[in-house]
Amino acid sequence: MNLILVSLGGFFGAITRYLMGVKFNQPQNYKPYGTWIANILGSILLGLMLVFLGNEQISSQLWALLGVGFCGSFTTFSTFGVETLSMVIDGQYKKATLYVISSIFLSMLIVWCIIILL
Amino acid sequence: MSITVSRMLPILLVGLGGVLGSSSRYGLALLFDVGDLPVATILVNWLGCFLLTYLTFNPRLKSKIPTHLLLLINTGFIGSFTTFSTFTVESITLLTSKPLLGLIYFFLQLTGGFLCCLFGYSLAIRGDRAL
Repeated sequence: MNLILVSLGGFFGAITRYLMGVKFNQPQNYKPYGTWIANILGSILLGLMLVFLGNEQISSQLWALLGVGFCGSFTTFSTFGVETLSMVIDGQYKKATLYVISSIFLSMLIVWCIIILL
Repeated sequence: MSITVSRMLPILLVGLGGVLGSSSRYGLALLFDVGDLPVATILVNWLGCFLLTYLTFNPRLKSKIPTHLLLLINTGFIGSFTTFSTFTVESITLLTSKPLLGLIYFFLQLTGGFLCCLFGYSLAIRGDRAL
């Protein structure tokens, strides 16, 4: 049952990420805004879900659908890695550093606030 | 009608890849659910980084795979197989509960992920020359 819910969430998560990439990514200028927003937004959503799960405000089924499935697929580590490597290969070290640090720092800071405050 | 199909097809293929990627990630998480370190998330991210760089930086291999299939594999499957949100949320929960393990996890993900990208890249350009 959970596998079906994860898959369903994964279906919509991947499509949402793809559409955001089509709309906002500018790979030729090394500006992967779509991936950047998806990763930060997805981390925030997953942080919220985790708190709700801990407080028993959502069921484990909803966690499977929205947390593991949707947020898991909406965000991506591999594309993040490929985009960073592309910048490094092209000598765009400043952009690569900024991309990595801003993605991780913003996500983790907001998730930390959510966990502490809620 | 055909315009609608041609617009919907890439979206559905990415979605199908997402189904396969997320369920594989979930399956691995169940399989490796041992101990305090989330080994499954590390494994999927490392493996995905390697695969995606290998496929992205190998133009000859890329030219042999139809664009639509590449969309399913790269954006759909590998994109959904790996996860950034689980990485950041697990990092925070570990760092706040078991700081040392949290640090180890965080750096394993980041440095390991980057090394896997480099490995995939070097194999891809080598394979591209060999073909």
